Amino acid sequence: MSFQVSLGDAAKEAPKTNAVTKIAIKNLNFFYGSFQGLRNISMEIPERQVTAYIGPSGCGKSTLLRTLNRMYSLYPGQRAEGEIIFNGANVLDPKQDLNALRGQIGMVFQKPTPFPMSIYDNIAFGVKLYEKLSKSDMDDRVEWALKKAALWGEVKDKLSQSGLSLSGGQQQRLCIARGIAVKPEVLLLDEPTSALDPISTARIEELISELRDDYTIVIVTHNMQQAARVSQHTAYMYLGELIEFTPTAEIFVKPKDKRTEDYITGRFG
Amino acid sequence: MSTREAPSSIPTQSLATPDNPIYRRRVWVNRFNLAVSIAAMAFGMVFLLWILFTLASKGLAAFGPALFTQMTPPPGSDGGLANAIFGSVMIVGAAIFIATPIGIMAGIYLAEIGRESAIAKVTRFVNDILLSAPSIVIGLFVYALIVARFKQYSGWAGAVALAIIAVPVVVRTTETMLLLVPNSMREAAIALGAPQWRVVTMVTLRAVKGGVITGVLLALARVSGETAPLLFTSLNNQFWSTDMSAPMANLPVVIFQFAMSPYEEWQRLAWAGALLITLVVLALNILARTVFRQKNK
Amino acid sequence: MTGLSTTHEATSPTTIAAKKSASASSFAFQDALFHRSTQFFALLVLATLAGIIASLFIGSWLTLTQSGPRFFVTDVWDPVRNLYGGMAPLWGTLITATIALVIGVPVSFGIAIFLTEMCPPVLKRPLGTAVELLAAIPSIIYGMWGLFILSPILAELQPSISATLGKLPIIGTIFQGPPMGIGVFTAGLILSIMVIPFIASVMRDVFETTPPILKESAYGLGATTWEVMWNVVLPYTKAGVIGGIMLGLGRALGETMAVTFVIGNAYNISLQLFDAGNSIASSLANEFNEASDPNHLSALITLGLMLFFLSFLVLALSRWMLTSLSKKEGSRT
Repeated sequence: MSFQVSLGDAAKEAPKTNAVTKIAIKNLNFFYGSFQGLRNISMEIPERQVTAYIGPSGCGKSTLLRTLNRMYSLYPGQRAEGEIIFNGANVLDPKQDLNALRGQIGMVFQKPTPFPMSIYDNIAFGVKLYEKLSKSDMDDRVEWALKKAALWGEVKDKLSQSGLSLSGGQQQRLCIARGIAVKPEVLLLDEPTSALDPISTARIEELISELRDDYTIVIVTHNMQQAARVSQHTAYMYLGELIEFTPTAEIFVKPKDKRTEDYITGRFG
Repeated sequence: MSTREAPSSIPTQSLATPDNPIYRRRVWVNRFNLAVSIAAMAFGMVFLLWILFTLASKGLAAFGPALFTQMTPPPGSDGGLANAIFGSVMIVGAAIFIATPIGIMAGIYLAEIGRESAIAKVTRFVNDILLSAPSIVIGLFVYALIVARFKQYSGWAGAVALAIIAVPVVVRTTETMLLLVPNSMREAAIALGAPQWRVVTMVTLRAVKGGVITGVLLALARVSGETAPLLFTSLNNQFWSTDMSAPMANLPVVIFQFAMSPYEEWQRLAWAGALLITLVVLALNILARTVFRQKNK
Repeated sequence: MTGLSTTHEATSPTTIAAKKSASASSFAFQDALFHRSTQFFALLVLATLAGIIASLFIGSWLTLTQSGPRFFVTDVWDPVRNLYGGMAPLWGTLITATIALVIGVPVSFGIAIFLTEMCPPVLKRPLGTAVELLAAIPSIIYGMWGLFILSPILAELQPSISATLGKLPIIGTIFQGPPMGIGVFTAGLILSIMVIPFIASVMRDVFETTPPILKESAYGLGATTWEVMWNVVLPYTKAGVIGGIMLGLGRALGETMAVTFVIGNAYNISLQLFDAGNSIASSLANEFNEASDPNHLSALITLGLMLFFLSFLVLALSRWMLTSLSKKEGSRT
């Protein structure tokens, strides 16, 4: 084959075949009003590994991500059918407690979204939602989260400054720190580096590789190289359908489906 | 692999469970506050619907052709509001006639010519002051400017007072609308070698015609209901008068005097006038919105 | 002038380029004329304000020179003895505006939350438009309704309010006073109903400007609707919200008709809110046309000057708060 994808350490590492399934999606269909955005998706997302969704714009990869924490429920007219089993319960159940669900499944967006408050409070905001901590415990937690997100060194002297004062890459790491400070089990990353420069992108990718020891991570990316670098499993989506879902090393080297191959070679060819 | 030691306070698993007591409290706080929001909406709506209902029932009871054909009556007898309606149309019409060119020209200056110059900045601030100035103070000013000088209350004085209230509204909307025109459109016109006044009148102003008309209509709606500045300027006149240089009847002042009076006939007419004026103001507002939406498609 | 001189130079050669430059220079003249004339109208706006300020000062000169600062701290208003002090109407203006904001701001916030986050989509536009249209209803309507409908009801309710809330320590006083149905409290209540549509529609507009992604990231942490509004949307939009509140305050301070009908027309400084009172605007509306004595007229115009100054203060304050807010953000960037 003519195309070349440099696989990251993450992908080279053999995926744990005995990995526990963290989220099981069964026959998921999704509708924006009358338009069907996802068609009959079924897949199992393994625990404490990185799963990447790739595919052309509009293929439904972000939509799929937004069903996992029911973010779509904010918008009337959007609805999902099927099952998403997480921790033994169906996420799509109308009786599902959405706040608790989103506390367990964190999310980071395309653009950095620091809240209009200090760096410290950006982290503490989420923590306070579930825990009542003393000042010193909270300080520890903020420090821990910022260190996890590899941001501590850069901001430790200006924790009381506005989160908006940071650079774009720093803001995005702040958002990741904010997400992990509440100790979710799953982190959803929706094109987290699409608005960042290459250096910031590299730092975020490094961070993702470190976080996979503790979190189940699902990342949507428009950049196949990125999927190859950070993920162990890759799902290729096209027109709302899941075309192929295999270990990352396989999909880039030996795609089973013609459409996947076209997409990958087209991009890198 | 992580060399970073986690402090003891880090939970080992997610605490975001539905039975977390802190979380339960938050859910209740949320429910309570959202319920209060619904109550606030209901509170606002109840009062406002109540006002409209009162206005409709009391106003319609006194509505009839006589309203438009008969003069304001002396105390204790029946009549209409014909002279007041006519006076209001004259005064408000004159006010808008004065205010529109001033407002549009000043708006053009701010958006197209003065821009960030010192004069433009000061004008913008002064325009905001005028926009928020209490209307009764405008009445005092016009009293001193015209009524005291000519020793005569007059329809013109009322028109000037209303014009001073309308101008800042037109200035503001004209400027805002012109600023919405993309610079590329201006540049394209200037690149043809057109002088600026042609660029402005033929291109940019035309592009935002709908918005500018909306501003004028909103100003019209605003001054149609104004009462306070007319109290000291056009005063009132019990009879039919077309003389703008004499005291002139007008709806708001008649409504005020009749409503405050002890006579039942007068109070009934006041309600009818109130309904009429509200309908006109609401119709103007709706018209302004429709124009804005259509022209900005 | 420069436009004219270049025209002369350009008339002799007859090339196209020269024609172009000729028309260009006449364009320059036209544009200069255009600039001057629009500038004239902008200056007319400035002149209007200068005229207002000057005429208020001239009109109040008699009072300002004779009573001086005493005018602002005297609460006697007695046209018969020719004694005038502006404190009572000033108090009435401030207290009614305060009542209006105390009631109006939370209710407006609730309405804005309802409209942005809770309202069924079908009702969103009609209700939003209804609120905006209500802001357009002339204030005299609110005044009439207050006089004929609200005050008789309040007259019934006030004795029981005085007997219950009025017994509270310290704040009890404000629920006391003659149960007439008209008075400072009624005026404040009417004002609050009047300013609610203003404040609510501004708040709704600015809440709508919050980027969805910012709200989503708060919801993504598991925050509730209230927490998203209070901790994220409100701080994000605080400049606009302050602007909206200040707009409402400006309206409430300067409002004439809604207040004049129901405030009771009494020069009176009392913490008992059911008492009759007067605001600056209502004093002017009630007395200005009947004042014939120069001292009386001048005292009234001095009140007008005070009112103008107050509304200017509100505007300046909101400007200052907005710039200091953006500076604070700026210094952190």
